[in-house]
Amino acid sequence: MRKLILAAALLGVTALAPADERVHEQVLDNGLKVIVKEDHRAPIVTSQVWYKVGSSYEHGGLTGISHALEHMMFKGTERHGPGKFSEIISANGGDENAFTSRDYTAYFQSLAKDRLAVAFELEADRMRNLTLPAAEYAKEIEVVKEERRLRTEDSPTALTAERFSATAYLASPYRNPVIGWMSDLDALSVDEVRAWYRTWYAPNNATLVVAGDVDPQQVFALAARYFGPLKAERTGVSKPRAEPPQDGIKRVLVKAPAKEPYLIMGYKATQAGGAGPDWEPYALEMLASILDGGSSARLDRELVRGSEVAASVDADYNAFTRLPEMFSLDGTPGKGHSVGDLEQALRVQVERIKNEPVSPGELERVRNQVIASKVFEQDSVFYQAMQIGQLESVGLSWRLADQYVKRLSAVTADQVQAVARKYLTDDNLTVAVLAPQPMNGKQPRTDAPGDVHVLR
Amino acid sequence: MSFAKYLTAPAVLLSSLLFAVPVGAVPNIQTWHTANGAQVLFVEAPELPMLNVRLVFNAGSAREDRPGVATLTNAMLSQGAGAWNADQIAERLEAVGSDLEVGSLRDMAWVSLRTLIRAPALDTSLGTLTTLLGDPTFPGPDLERLRKNTLVALGQDEQEPRTVGSKALYQALYDTHPYAHDPTGTKESVTAITRAELINHFRRYYVAKNTVVALVGAVDRAQAERIADQVTSGLAKGESVPPLAPVMELSQGRMERLDFPSTQTHVYVGQPGISRTDPDYFPLYVGNHVLGGNGLVSLLSEEVREKRGLSYSVYSYFLPMQQRGPFLMGLQTKNRQTEQALDVLMQTLRRFLQEGPTEAELRDAKQNLTGGFPLQIASNAKIVEQLALIGFYGLPLDYLATFNAKVEAVTATQVREAFQRRLKPDRFVTIVVGPTQNANTRGGAE
Repeated sequence: MRKLILAAALLGVTALAPADERVHEQVLDNGLKVIVKEDHRAPIVTSQVWYKVGSSYEHGGLTGISHALEHMMFKGTERHGPGKFSEIISANGGDENAFTSRDYTAYFQSLAKDRLAVAFELEADRMRNLTLPAAEYAKEIEVVKEERRLRTEDSPTALTAERFSATAYLASPYRNPVIGWMSDLDALSVDEVRAWYRTWYAPNNATLVVAGDVDPQQVFALAARYFGPLKAERTGVSKPRAEPPQDGIKRVLVKAPAKEPYLIMGYKATQAGGAGPDWEPYALEMLASILDGGSSARLDRELVRGSEVAASVDADYNAFTRLPEMFSLDGTPGKGHSVGDLEQALRVQVERIKNEPVSPGELERVRNQVIASKVFEQDSVFYQAMQIGQLESVGLSWRLADQYVKRLSAVTADQVQAVARKYLTDDNLTVAVLAPQPMNGKQPRTDAPGDVHVLR
Repeated sequence: MSFAKYLTAPAVLLSSLLFAVPVGAVPNIQTWHTANGAQVLFVEAPELPMLNVRLVFNAGSAREDRPGVATLTNAMLSQGAGAWNADQIAERLEAVGSDLEVGSLRDMAWVSLRTLIRAPALDTSLGTLTTLLGDPTFPGPDLERLRKNTLVALGQDEQEPRTVGSKALYQALYDTHPYAHDPTGTKESVTAITRAELINHFRRYYVAKNTVVALVGAVDRAQAERIADQVTSGLAKGESVPPLAPVMELSQGRMERLDFPSTQTHVYVGQPGISRTDPDYFPLYVGNHVLGGNGLVSLLSEEVREKRGLSYSVYSYFLPMQQRGPFLMGLQTKNRQTEQALDVLMQTLRRFLQEGPTEAELRDAKQNLTGGFPLQIASNAKIVEQLALIGFYGLPLDYLATFNAKVEAVTATQVREAFQRRLKPDRFVTIVVGPTQNANTRGGAE
């Protein structure tokens, strides 16, 4: 089921100050953007450093290098040896971790509010002073490969999703997995990781987001003290690598040991700040919620209940990406149905969106869900900081989060129809199918044809 | 290592009046019983115009007559109630922006609602929840659909080494005890479940005296009392359930190797651990934080991952339950490293059993737990879960208030002795899931 992940102003449902009055922004002389969101409900703080680099900045032969570097960020600086970062944060009562995506790499610590300086000192130190010892790298890249085996190689649905992206995109770097291809991980060297670090990790390529029970002016002063001494650097430039228009449907079959088939369908679309009118990404978000914004939305109601052609099914779209993203549908067929049946049912849903305006009741339901989720998300300071970091890291403004309810609520039935007609076309479609193979690796499966006859 | 202390000035005056969780304090938990006997735990949190309601029932798979009954009973609550079908129930809640979440594990089944306080969201959502719990209709066609989808989910479980290994471990640890089987059931049991079995499970276990209601949100005590009465009003008073049978000690160690076409081998090691009210809870909890419970900063992670690069994830934990839940250790590694990784795992455990934590390790673990305590109660969502656990397991009402003191009081000797008393490595169950012959290894670069 789709969760509404971004939403905005409170529309008078609460007496709290409007969200934007609680967000404060300052740019240090070295280019580090510092954004503080006050939330005084609990005596905690989350500190997040976001770098504008991820797998979509990588090129052939070096896939997975951003994620490998993320792992190495815990392997020590001149001042704090390998593993010390985590030990110090832990001993200060902190929760910490990091994540890499297509568009960004982020590091976070959640702590009692009086420990913010601990996080700043350590993050400022590892922004430029990583030692990247070869011996540590040799072990850590093996950990990364185990992570790839765990998450992708041995998960038939994740493997299908990886093959799907690699098939859908020709030139866009979104074709590569964030964790990287195994052969690239095998061939990657610590020198390349070091060069990648020097190229992208600098205050002028980062955003520091702090949310919690803090005074913004004190946070700015603290940021200046710890991050201020770092110098602005000449960072890398990413090539556009624009995706050429797709000129026909693409299909990929993934044969892997599995028990249940799985289907992914994706239509190339646009993103906030991308080509096309600025309402389009919001109309696509609305469309995804009309289809899958809860158990009363069309896909669950008509395909999981209704015809029972799906055991589970989702619609996904994220307007806030650096490069054009896909509008995607994925699911598992219900018992007695094939992936072909499920694909057909999803195509009927897509055609219906193109041919009939969505109802006022459906639009109203999504608006109410977005208003509610904007309140609910304030229950988590971590999530509030995440939103800011994500938007800033893909080249947008955190202010978009505050405009979200308004922008989404303004979407009309005509606009939903228009984006469906424009983007959800066959020529723009990629279909991936997981075709289960025997788990014992011996006999070819004999009962599969209904599941795999989708290549037409 | 010393860091400049960073102290914030007092927050704006107004907001200090609005704190439900004053700085440095813990939530003020109020408790009472509804007229028909359900226990209520309530924390007033006026800052956000929302309400979290979580009802937990002693109605998990440990109570069911046939594997899968408890999970299906729980899932069917939202498929038909009063005059509404599944579409109408979903529509009523989602049209006002509310979230409903249901679930059922071995001990506990739950129904959780999150709603705005504003009209008509609050009344519509609470009214719907009340009918779900008071008048579920268990429509036959919906049961057939959920049955089929459960069979699909069980098929998906068979294609993931993680679920294959974890199911085998519980089966080996608990044998004839009701904790042995997976809450989802088996293909055979799910195929055989009848509607009458679900209705019986509901009537026996979804009763007020077997229910805890946790409430956190922008309502006052009087409103909270009305809400608790309302949502439980349709439940029969019923009887609280008797204790589950005790868990038997394992008589000897054993290892099972399950053939699986994967590039990694998943290793699970364990034995029955402790109940939630075990007197050794804090020494074991704090000690396990040193051993394998604190992410990258734990002995297992240091030995298996940091020093040797053998696994992405390695961990240990006690999962305390009504009766003895498991003590578990796990990792995943490429197939040819399995024996090495298992050796390191066991050597690390044995050394810890023998030596216990060093003073420095214990101090750091305590600092993480006590310093991180504010994070555990930093949101309404987290507080409502804590309340439900306190109610369900009968923990003292000052559990949150005394948590840090109890962690602080743990000594290295207590940890070592408790681990030695409780863990018997020669009687551990070990489950290894991966190719048993090289011929079955699939692709993947090694």
